[in-house]
Amino acid sequence: MLKISETDEIIFTPELLVKFNEILLRYPEDRQKSALLPILHLVQAEYGWVSSPLMDKVADFLQLKPIEVYEVATFYSMFFLKPPGKYMLEVCRTGPCCLIGAETIMKHIEERLNVKEGEVTADGLFSWRGVECLAACGMGPVLQIAPEYTFYENLTAASVDELIDRLRLTTAEKAQIII
Amino acid sequence: MGRKLLLENINVPGINTFEVYRKHGGYRAVEKALKTMSTEDVVEEVKKSGLRGRGGAGFPTGMKWSFLAKPEGKPRYLVCNADESEPGTFKDRYLITHIPHLLIEGMIVASYALGAKTSYIYVRGEMMPQIRILERAIAEAKAEGFLGKNILGTGYDLELYVQPGGGAYICGEETALIESLEGKRGNPRIKPPFPAISGLYNCPTVVNNVESIAAVVPIINDGADEYAKLGIGRSTGTKLISASGNIKNPGVYEIELGVPVEEFIYSDEYCGGMANGKRLKAVVAGGSSVPILPANLILKLTTGENRLMSYESLAEGAFASGTMLGSGGFVVFDEDQCIVRNTWNFARFYHHESCGQCSPCREGTGWMEKVLHRLEYGHGKLSDLDLLVDVAKKIEGNTICPLGDAAAWPVASAIRHFRDEFEWHVSHAEEAMGRNYGLAHYADPLPKAETVAAN
Ligand SMILES: Cc1cc2nc3c(=O)[nH]c(=O)nc-3n(C[C@H](O)[C@H](O)[C@H](O)COP(=O)(O)O)c2cc1C
Ligand code: SF4
Ligand code: FES
Repeated sequence: MLKISETDEIIFTPELLVKFNEILLRYPEDRQKSALLPILHLVQAEYGWVSSPLMDKVADFLQLKPIEVYEVATFYSMFFLKPPGKYMLEVCRTGPCCLIGAETIMKHIEERLNVKEGEVTADGLFSWRGVECLAACGMGPVLQIAPEYTFYENLTAASVDELIDRLRLTTAEKAQIII
Repeated sequence: MGRKLLLENINVPGINTFEVYRKHGGYRAVEKALKTMSTEDVVEEVKKSGLRGRGGAGFPTGMKWSFLAKPEGKPRYLVCNADESEPGTFKDRYLITHIPHLLIEGMIVASYALGAKTSYIYVRGEMMPQIRILERAIAEAKAEGFLGKNILGTGYDLELYVQPGGGAYICGEETALIESLEGKRGNPRIKPPFPAISGLYNCPTVVNNVESIAAVVPIINDGADEYAKLGIGRSTGTKLISASGNIKNPGVYEIELGVPVEEFIYSDEYCGGMANGKRLKAVVAGGSSVPILPANLILKLTTGENRLMSYESLAEGAFASGTMLGSGGFVVFDEDQCIVRNTWNFARFYHHESCGQCSPCREGTGWMEKVLHRLEYGHGKLSDLDLLVDVAKKIEGNTICPLGDAAAWPVASAIRHFRDEFEWHVSHAEEAMGRNYGLAHYADPLPKAETVAAN
C-alpha cells in the first residue's frame, strides 16, 4: 500500500499525469490552482496518504508554492497527513446517527479492532475514526471506507463484524494469489 | 397522495441512464428552453414559479438569477452546491444517486438562462460514488448532444464539470465553496461583493442547491403557474424532506409544501409514526442549524392551529416558539433521547467545522462544546446555562458567515425549551449519567393563546 518512504524520489506515473492534465482542462488557463483538490484526491488514492514530498511534487506540477498545497491539505478532513490502515473505516458520529446507535457501533469497532481512534492495527490493515454527518442520516448508522469510499448503511454489530471479516479474507486471498 | 415533481420516476428501473430517463420525458425542458424560450423568458418563468432556494436560506431563485451582473467580456458561472453536509440532510445525495440526469438537465436549462458557458457541480469529496455517477451521466448527455458545442443545433455551448470537495462542512457556504473551487482553503469571503457581482474567478456567479436546480425542470416543462398551484402561500411547489431519527420509515420524501407536521410524522405515506411505539419528544425540522422544538410546539402553533411544513408556518412564533424549514433535514427524537447530549454533539460539530477566521465563532463554538461536555458528563454548574446563552448571543450576528448563527441557535433553543432537563443534569448529576430525563412535559398540549387571553 505504502509505495514510498519519505526519502524516495517521487515520480508520478504517466497514467496519473494523463489524469492530472485532463483535470486541468476544466478550468480557465491561468486557474490551474483549481485542480488542487481533485489532484490531491488522485494522489491519495495512489499512495494512501499525502506526505510532504508528495505535496511538494504536486506544488511543482501545478506551479504553486509548497505552502499553498500544505495549507489546503491540512484544512480538509479527507486528506491523510500520516498513513492510515489499508482500510480506513469512517463512521458517522453526528447527532442524527447517534439517535439510532452510532456510538455503540464506534465502541464495537474499537473493541473489535483493538485500536484507538486514528491508530492502525498491527497488520496495517485497519484504522477507524469518527467523521461528521455523511448525508445518509436516514440510513444510519453508516460508515464509509477510504480510499474507495464504499458505503455501508444500517449498521449493526453483526454487520460490522461480517464486513471486517470479509475485508480480512479478501486481503488474505489476494496475498495468496500473488504468492 | 401528494404530487411528485422530482421523485416521480425515481423507482423506474434504469432511470439513472440517459436512455430510460429520456424515455420518461427527460430533457424535454432543455429542448423547450433552448429552442422556444429566450434566456429572459426562462428567468421570468422561474421568478413566477415562486421557487425558493432549497439549500437552506430560502431566497427566491428567480430573483437571485436576475441579480446576476452581465458585464461585457467576462464569463458568467453557475455552480451547483452539492456539498450537502448539514446534519440531518441527505436529499441531494439521494437525488444524485438515483436520478442524476434530472440535475444535469436542470443545470443545462439554468446555465442557458444565466448565459454560462462553463458550469460546475461542486460535490462533497466523500461522495466519490456520486461523483462517478455524475461524470458518467454527463458523458452520456454529451454523447447525445445535450452538452458541449452547439447543443441541439441551437448555437448554445456548455461544458459541465464535477468538482470534488475535501471534507469540510463550511464549503457548503457559497463563498467558501467558491474559494474551495479555486483550490484554496474554504474560508468564507466578506460580502459584499456578492457572488452575483464577483464570484468564481472574480466573475459573476450564481450558486444554487441541487434541489433548486432540479426543480427548474418541472417549472419549465409544466409552466410556472402549474408549479405555483402546488404548495401554500409563498411556499410554492414541492420540497424534499430528509426524515431521520426515531421514526418507523426514515428516508427522503417529496411533499407538497403545506402538509401538517403531525401528518408528516404519523401518516404511513411519510414517516409512519414513531419507531418502537415510543412517544415524540422533540424535532429538529430543518437540519442541525435550526432551533429544536419540543413535541407540543412542533405539532401546533400557540394559537392551537396545526403547524404546517412550509417556510412560514415552521417559522411562526419566531425565536420564542418557532423554527425554520432550512434544508428540510427533519430529525425526530423519541422520549429516550437526551437533549443535553445531542446539543453537545451538535456544538462539537460546529466547533470542528468552524473555519477559524472570526474569533467569536472559533472561540465561542469551542467554549460551548466544553461547557456542554461538562454538563453532559456530570460536572456542570447551574451558572453554565446562562453562560451558554451568553456565549451564543455573543456569536450571533458577529461573524463573517452564518455558521456562527448556525452554531448558536441550536444551543440557545435547546436551553430555552428544555431548561429543566439541563438543570436536572446539574442537580442530579450522578443519576443523569445513568439514565435519561425522559419525556417530561414536552408533549403536553399547549395552553391555547385565546383561552389565556380570555382569562
Ligand atoms: C455553514 C453553511 C453551510 C451550508 N451548506 C450548504 C449545503 O451543504 N448545501 C447547500 O445547498 N447550501 C448550503 N448552504 C447555503 C449556501 O450558502 C447557499 O445559500 C445555497 O447554496 C444557495 O442555493 P439556493 O439558493 O438554491 O438554496 C450553507 C450555508 C452555510 C452558512
Ligand atoms: S463564522 Fe465561523 S465558519 Fe464563518 S467565517 Fe467566521 S469563523 Fe469561519
Ligand atoms: S448524522 Fe450520520 S449520516 Fe447524517
